[in-house]
Amino acid sequence: MRDADQKKLDEILNKYNGAEGFLIQLLLDLQSEFNWIPREAVSELSERLKIPCSQIFRIASFYKAMSLNPIGKHKISVCMGTACQVRGAQKILDLTESKLKVKQGETTPDMNFTLKRVNCLGCCAIGPVIVVDDDYHGRVASEKVDKILRQYD
Amino acid sequence: MKPLVAICAGTGCISLGARLVVSSFQKEVNIRGLENEIEIKETGCPGFCEKGTLVVVYPKGIYYLGVQPDDVPEIVEETILKGRLVDRLLYTDPKTGEKATLESDIPFYKHQMRHLIKDNIKINPKNIEDYIALGGYRALARALSEMTPEEVIGEIKKANLRGRGGGGFPTGRKWESTRLAPGQPKYVIVNCDEGDPGAFMDRALMEGNPHSVLEGLIIAAYAVGSHRGFIYVRMEYPLAVESAKFALQQAREKGLLGKDILGTGFDFDVSVHKGAGAFVSGESTALMNALEGKVGEPRPKYVHTSECGVWNRPSVLNNVETFANVPLIISRGAHWFNSIGTEGSKGTKIFSLVGKVNNTGLVEVPMGMTLADIIYKIGGGIPGDKKLKGVQTGGPSGGIIPTQYLETPVDFDELTRLGSMMGSGSIIVIDEDTCAVDLARYFVDFLCDESCGKCLPCREGLKRMREILDGIVSGKGREEDLEILQDIASLMKTASLCALGRTAVNPVLSTIRYFRDEYEAHIVEKRCPSLSCKALVSYFVEPEICIGCNLCQKNCPQGAITGDKDGISFIDQSKCTRCGICFEVCPTKVRAVKKESRGFLQPELSARGVTGGDEVDIED
Repeated sequence: MRDADQKKLDEILNKYNGAEGFLIQLLLDLQSEFNWIPREAVSELSERLKIPCSQIFRIASFYKAMSLNPIGKHKISVCMGTACQVRGAQKILDLTESKLKVKQGETTPDMNFTLKRVNCLGCCAIGPVIVVDDDYHGRVASEKVDKILRQYD
Repeated sequence: MKPLVAICAGTGCISLGARLVVSSFQKEVNIRGLENEIEIKETGCPGFCEKGTLVVVYPKGIYYLGVQPDDVPEIVEETILKGRLVDRLLYTDPKTGEKATLESDIPFYKHQMRHLIKDNIKINPKNIEDYIALGGYRALARALSEMTPEEVIGEIKKANLRGRGGGGFPTGRKWESTRLAPGQPKYVIVNCDEGDPGAFMDRALMEGNPHSVLEGLIIAAYAVGSHRGFIYVRMEYPLAVESAKFALQQAREKGLLGKDILGTGFDFDVSVHKGAGAFVSGESTALMNALEGKVGEPRPKYVHTSECGVWNRPSVLNNVETFANVPLIISRGAHWFNSIGTEGSKGTKIFSLVGKVNNTGLVEVPMGMTLADIIYKIGGGIPGDKKLKGVQTGGPSGGIIPTQYLETPVDFDELTRLGSMMGSGSIIVIDEDTCAVDLARYFVDFLCDESCGKCLPCREGLKRMREILDGIVSGKGREEDLEILQDIASLMKTASLCALGRTAVNPVLSTIRYFRDEYEAHIVEKRCPSLSCKALVSYFVEPEICIGCNLCQKNCPQGAITGDKDGISFIDQSKCTRCGICFEVCPTKVRAVKKESRGFLQPELSARGVTGGDEVDIED
C-alpha cells in the first residue's frame, strides 16, 4: 500500500477505535475514501482488528454500497423503484446502458462511469430519477439521458 | 413581523433546482441591501413534490409552486416589497382555471389532515430553535417531569398507536414488554431504513423535522428504561443522515440528550448508524444485526426483539413516523388521538401518492379515508385521458387493488383483507398502460435482487417465480404456470424465515386474484392487453398519417426506421428492439407511430432486441 493510502487507512481505523458494531461504518468510510475496498486494505484490517478476512469479505460483498472492484469516476444510479418503474424507468435504464455500452453493475472501460440500478431513492414524486454522484436529475425523459451523461464526460 | 421566505430544500425540490432558487434569493436580497429586512429559510419537505420548487412567502403564507431561479427578482419586487401576487406561480386548478393563494386553498392540501408534516415548511431542520418555537420538546418535558414511565406507556397504549412501518403492531405493548423484560442495558432504535420502493415519508420527516422523531425517541427511552439509542438511516438518504446527525448535536448542546436531561436525572444518548445498501436490513432483526456490525440478514424470532434484540438485549425498534406521533400523543392526549381514524387504526397516516396521478407527493390523511378520495380529491385524478387500473400499496410486500375497491377506507385491516397491506404507506397509482403481470414480475425481480438468501423458500421460491413470470411476459407462458405460482406462493408464505419472504408472494397472488384475465391473455393468446410487455408488442408507422418529419428515423438507436421517397417512415421489424422511442418522439398532433399486441400474429423480436436486464431467450 502507498504511504498516502496507509495514512488514510490509519485515520479511519483510529476514528472507530473499538466502538461497538463499527465494522460496517468503517468499511463505508473506506469505500468513500478509496472509491472501492482494496484487497490489501482488507488484509491489513483483518490483522489489526483480529477479524478474519472471510468475515470482512462477507460484509463487503453483501452490501450494495461496498465494492471489491474499483468503480468509475462518476457513479450513475438509475432508480428502479416502483414509482419510477411505472413512469418508464426501464426504458431509461436500457437507454443509459446502450449509450454507455455497459450493462448495469459494470464500469466503462475508460473508468469514467459505473452504472447501477438502485431500488428506490425516495424521490418518487419526480420519477424517473437518475443520480450522478450527488446530483439528482428528476423527470428524466428518454431524450434527456444523453444531455445528462454529457455533463460528466 | 418581517417577511420570511420559506423554500423547500427536501431532496425532491433540490433535484428540481431548489439550491439555485435559494442562492438567487440570497443574491437578490443582497443586491437590494435587504439582508436585515427579509429572512430566507431553507425548510423541510411539505409534500407537494410534483410542483417543486415550493416557496412560501410569510407572513401571509402565499404559496408559490414550480419556482425557477429567474422568478426570484419578481417575487422579491412584487410580493415582498409591493404586496402583490405573481399570478403565474400560484396553483391553478386544471379544470376551473381558478387560482389558489394559500396552502389551505390548494386542493392537494385542503383535503388532508396534517399533524406530522404540517410544520416541515416552517422549520429549518438544522435549527432546533425553530422546532422549539413551535412547541417542540414540550411533550418531552411533560413526560419527564409529570409522568412516570408506566404512565407514558399507558398513554401510548390508550391511544392505540400502531407501528407505521408496515406491521401495525401496537406500539404501547411493544414498549411495555421491553420495559418488563429482564436484562440491561436496553436499547431504543429508530428504523429509517425506508426501502419500500415508492415510499418516502420517513425521508421527509427525518430530513425535514428530525427533532420530532428524536423527541419521540427520547420519550420512548424514558418509558422503557433505556439509556442508549440508535437512528438507523439508509445510505441512499444522505440528506437524512446529515439532518439526523445535526439534530443530535444540537439536542446535546441544549441538554436534551446526554446526562441529566432537563435536570430530571434521566441519562440518554443516541448515535446515527448509516445503512450500507440492503433492502432486507429494514427488517427488525436484520437491522439489529447490522447495528452489531454484522451482515444485515434476519434471524429467527423465537423470542421477540422487545426481549432479545440488539446484542441480545431488550430493544424497542419503531419506524420514524411512529416516533413522530409520540410527542403529539403525549401533549394532546390519547383521547385526542383516538378521535381520529377508524375502529382499529387511529390517528393520521402519511402516504406517498405517486405513479400515474396528477398531484404526486406526500399526503397526510386520517386513517379510513377512501382510496377514491385520496386519488381524486387530493391527487387530482389521472393524467391524460387514461383509465385508472388500480393502486399498488404496501411496496413489494403488498398487492394491487383494482378499481372496484376504490371506496375502501384505507387502514391496516381493510388493506390486508383485500390481499394487500398498508406497508409503510406507498400508494402507487397505475393506469391502463401498466401491465399487471409485468408489475408482479417487477416486484419478484426486485425481491430476488434483495433476498438475503439465508432461507431456502424465499431464495429459491423467488427465483422460480421469476423464471415463470419472465416466461409469461415474453410470450412463453404455459397453462399450468398459474397453478405452479400459487403452489410456490403458499410454500413461501408458510416457510420463509422473515416477513420479506412471507409477504413477497402478495404482488403475485393479488394480481392473479384480480387480473387473471391479463395473465390468460399473455399465456393463451400471447398478447399484452396493456401494450407494455416488450416481447409482445410491435411498433409500426401508419403511412397515411405520417407527415415525413423524420423524427423517428433520427432518434431510432437501431437505425431500424427508413423513409421512402416522400420521407414516410417504415420500421424494419427484424431490426426493431421495441424500445419505443419512435412512439415517444412522434409528435402528439400526428401520432403516426402505433403500438400493438397481436398475439400469435406478432412479428418475432429480433435477437438484437435483447438489451439490458435479464436476457430473454428468443428461441425456444
